[in-house]
Amino acid sequence: MRRSTRPSRSATRCSPSRAARGRGRVVDRDTAPSDQRDPKRTEEPMSATAQAGGARWSAQAGGGAEGQSESIGASRPTTAAFGRARRIRTHSWFAPWLLCLPAIAFLVVFNLVPAINVVVLAFTNAKMLSGGTFVGADNFVRMLHDDQVGTALVNGLVYLAVCLPFLLVLPLGLAVLVEKKIPAIGFFRTMFYTPVVASAVVVGLIWTWLLDDRGAINAIAKSLGLITRSVPFLTDRWLLLLSAISLTIWKGLGYYMVIYLSALGSVPRELHEAAAVDGASAWRRFWSVTVPGVRGTMFLVGVLITVGALRVFSELFILTNGTGGVGGANVSIVMLVQMYASGFNGNLGYASALSVLLFVVTLVPLAVIARVQRRTEQ
Amino acid sequence: MTIGPFLWQLSTSLKGPADDIYSSTPRLFPSDPTLANFIEAATKIPILGFAANSSLVALLVVGGNIIGATMAGYALARLRFRGRGVVLGAILATMLLPAESTIVAQYLTVRELGLADTLLGVALPAMVSMINILLMRQAFLAVPKELDEAAIVDGANVWQRFWRIGLPNVRGMVAVISVFAFIAAWDDFLWPLLVLTTPEKFTLTVGLQYLSGAFSSNPRVVAAGTMIAFIPIVVFFLVLQRQFFRGVDAGAIKG
Repeated sequence: MRRSTRPSRSATRCSPSRAARGRGRVVDRDTAPSDQRDPKRTEEPMSATAQAGGARWSAQAGGGAEGQSESIGASRPTTAAFGRARRIRTHSWFAPWLLCLPAIAFLVVFNLVPAINVVVLAFTNAKMLSGGTFVGADNFVRMLHDDQVGTALVNGLVYLAVCLPFLLVLPLGLAVLVEKKIPAIGFFRTMFYTPVVASAVVVGLIWTWLLDDRGAINAIAKSLGLITRSVPFLTDRWLLLLSAISLTIWKGLGYYMVIYLSALGSVPRELHEAAAVDGASAWRRFWSVTVPGVRGTMFLVGVLITVGALRVFSELFILTNGTGGVGGANVSIVMLVQMYASGFNGNLGYASALSVLLFVVTLVPLAVIARVQRRTEQ
Repeated sequence: MTIGPFLWQLSTSLKGPADDIYSSTPRLFPSDPTLANFIEAATKIPILGFAANSSLVALLVVGGNIIGATMAGYALARLRFRGRGVVLGAILATMLLPAESTIVAQYLTVRELGLADTLLGVALPAMVSMINILLMRQAFLAVPKELDEAAIVDGANVWQRFWRIGLPNVRGMVAVISVFAFIAAWDDFLWPLLVLTTPEKFTLTVGLQYLSGAFSSNPRVVAAGTMIAFIPIVVFFLVLQRQFFRGVDAGAIKG
């Protein structure tokens, strides 16, 4: 974060049209020291997301502020005046806390406390209607012998292995296509984004109907003579998983497209032009200019895909009507959490242990991604 | 490719009993168009009630996020105070947790507050979302500092600066977080599935799943139900899409 923030800030300082002294001292003092301090202390463990997302954010913010402040030359005297009267109290000590109060309350009550609580619960035999007592690692031992947990892990890995390549590249291609400012492009953007705004349940029900034995896809394939018998998209163990995966990809295209879209703006146009002059084809420019240009965002997208794939729930739940497929062979970890946590005899202790497993399972690929990122940056 | 399935579903929902929905040559345009399926979905199952429940939850979540996230975002971007780094760090750290991994404990928290099986219980945990705070902070950071300084010299206090200078300059981002919050609330499935037990209180997603079980033999009605859930959110998005994509182009969103 710190490394990549610097260019933008120095760019700001070098900007010629600025009453730079006043700003450099007074205003930067406001953000710069803390911006350098905070990430060091707090963002180290999540360098993958922080560097990919955070760095870009601040780079962008710096750029934006610079661009806008060009136009308000009138504020120069003010800045200078402010520089002299530096000891003005700009706010009372409690104002920031009052502003942050709702956020902090929600952060503590609905994020921090549950996070701690779930770890505590994982070591108890808490039921839906009773408090539960400490049982040591029993829940985790039980997990080792639970075939469904193994199945869920396999499903999660298959999900990840198939989703990752598709969702890393396809949305970027889409974003390049809809980036151009030509008439009616808004229509295409909106069209690609439509599956994102539709809820997973709605999308799942629509696909259930499309993939049904007598649904449109089978009917069309039959009428074209491609198949003679219906393909069991929703009842075969692996086909069902593939159906859910393609649903996730279909719904994810628009979502990641938008993320790439907002990153494409920072790829220098001159690079494209230079490459075009040198005779590089559009395909070549995509791989040699666009992809490296959005590499930071790519890592962020990779993280989001990974976390999303491992915690898949709605797609599988809807496509299997809540059963986890034939013989429960298509469950995911979150589905198991839901199964054990609901109903009057819900086993909250075991559900919590599964939640902890989910967290740990998610951390592993994130650590791998962070490592790869660090290596490519060196 | 992306909207085809929606059109197909819309067409199914409009097909009357005389249309053969299982025919070997599927047809997009109904030969016997009818709204009867919508009426059946609305009367046999209180799908309009579900929609009202979902709207209430979405309203609470959008309102909560606009208020909570703008306030905290402003303080974290514009005011210097001891402990700011700690607050920011805690916010970033919670984003590492998959929401699903704390859901069991969250349920217990909501139950202890006496909100199990209530719509407020469904809305509450999502009412201030950490990602939205960060997005608002980014937006406030991009507002020129000179404006603030001028206001300080003119004697404006922190509330006046927040209200008169900060907010008018981040309206685009407020639109973006409104879309995000609305979609998140309207689409959420697992959480309301856990919290709600009484069918009358179901939100649309939970209700639809219930509907598909009850009407699995009649895809026309299920299709009508999904359209009832789908159309409002598309309208909502279409209304805000211009501002939304403008925010995207400005590099406002990074996830």
